[in-house]
Amino acid sequence: MGMTITEKILAAHAGVGRVEPGELIDAKIDLALGNDITAPIAIREFRALGVKGVFDREKIALVADHFTPNKDIMSAEQVKILRDFSREQGIVHFYDTGRVGVEHALLPELGLARPGMLIIGADSHTCTYGGLGAFSTGVGSTDLAAVMATGSLWFKVPESMKFIFRGKLGRYVTAKDLILFTIGDIGVDGALYRAMEFAGDTIDALTVEGRLTMANMAIEAGGKNGIFAADEKALAYVQSRTSLPFTVFASDPDAAYVDVREYDATKIEPLVSAPHLPENTKPARENGTTIDQVVIGSCTNGRIEDLRLAAEVLKGKTAHRDVRLIIIPATQEVYQTAMKEGLFDVFLAAEAAISAPTCGPCLGGHMGILAEGERCVATTNRNFVGRMGHPRSEVYLASPAVAAASAVLGRIGHPDELT
Amino acid sequence: MKAKGKTWKFGDDINTDEIIPARYLNTSDPNELARHCMEDADPDFMKKAAPGDIIVAGSNFGCGSSREHAPIALKAAKISCVIARSFARIFYRNSINIGFPIVESPEAADDIRPGDELEVDFDNGVIRNATSGKEYAAKPFPPFMKEIIEKGGLMNTIKSKR
Repeated sequence: MGMTITEKILAAHAGVGRVEPGELIDAKIDLALGNDITAPIAIREFRALGVKGVFDREKIALVADHFTPNKDIMSAEQVKILRDFSREQGIVHFYDTGRVGVEHALLPELGLARPGMLIIGADSHTCTYGGLGAFSTGVGSTDLAAVMATGSLWFKVPESMKFIFRGKLGRYVTAKDLILFTIGDIGVDGALYRAMEFAGDTIDALTVEGRLTMANMAIEAGGKNGIFAADEKALAYVQSRTSLPFTVFASDPDAAYVDVREYDATKIEPLVSAPHLPENTKPARENGTTIDQVVIGSCTNGRIEDLRLAAEVLKGKTAHRDVRLIIIPATQEVYQTAMKEGLFDVFLAAEAAISAPTCGPCLGGHMGILAEGERCVATTNRNFVGRMGHPRSEVYLASPAVAAASAVLGRIGHPDELT
Repeated sequence: MKAKGKTWKFGDDINTDEIIPARYLNTSDPNELARHCMEDADPDFMKKAAPGDIIVAGSNFGCGSSREHAPIALKAAKISCVIARSFARIFYRNSINIGFPIVESPEAADDIRPGDELEVDFDNGVIRNATSGKEYAAKPFPPFMKEIIEKGGLMNTIKSKR
């Protein structure tokens, strides 16, 4: 019996030839990530352990992206814990305001996430790097502390599910719609404890950014990781950003999957996920729900390709008078590229507010919090109760195309409805 | 080790934003987090729950973010354990890593009613419902995780091996 990509990466990092689903292993970590919310607890635990130095100062990334630029005194104190620790330990990859981006957009951009790596992060959306063919998964702060001290961590080898998409996507149908469709099909615990592997000609045709968007939301189906085989596009992306080495793994033809699902992607329409779970998917077209705010950004959809798509829909249009449109480029590089390409002119003409890179409103932090009863269409990844503000506010998840169109319409809709 | 307390019942997919909303994550102080425990699932929870009480929930408890603040808040709120049909994986890891007791038992999660008085014996995995007189079996932990739990969390386990 062959092995999946996930099993091969875990076996290689556990120093064994083969692993089986369900097996508990101790594996070496190539990169460990923490942010301004999770790292302070990890640093506290690390110090309590009485270890002097971190296992490798080049293999830890501390990214202050959630409540930055610091939204209040307490948030500033948390970021300071990261900064002081980074100085003391000589952490190479510490990023704060002006250099920071939303972590899961930033690390691939810096070439820190590469195929075949084993990456853990004290952030649930760490699964994003599976888009590049890495095994990456979210853990907690204590796990991060353990890795900072020892360089390894325990894992249970997950069973793998395979999702095969076939056919050409329709106009305005994006990777975001594919992952919302998948979560709608299997539910928010449909991949609990499992690896989600994506394949098929539709996936091959996606850009690397699209694959990062899909892998990002594996956790929203309960998945341990999302993973894509690294193809030439992935290699070109990585090699354009780093000269550091990496190993490419591919699933064997006779690898075992607990479930294989095949989808006809030509039938998938632009979708929204209605409150309060990502599995509540509905067609965006002619959805009458009126809205108060639109947020375009986040680790799911704040990359340059996402902003280009939003600009394509918004060009020559203005946000509906009842809608606040907030656009958050995910990193400084995305910000600069968008500016150079003239996307900001389109956004400003559409009466959008453009923010510095931050997770901000996605988790109800700052930069666009909702009042009681307000509704937002967001390109983010979670629509839980109170996620973006008041416990009685609502978030609808969608692609940048649907979000931009909805901003103009003043209600949820399909970009086709604008013409 | 045993837990004894009154049941507070919740449904499926209780997520970490409900357990501890992100608006309170500008601190990691356990007692401060405990004040807002379960606030977006039940705003009066902390007024009603007594030390030792037990949360019984449906499937996928603790889904969403990786914030360890969620089991930290429950632990500091003196909830003695959570019984659920199933747990989201990061919450599961985090609870074991910080030594917060969680028990997986679909049978118990379905059968236990709000307000039932429970007694959980973590050593033999038996959940006793004093109100109904019924008993349920908890899914046992693998020996590896049992060791972490017995040592009081992952950091203590690492310390003991150094």
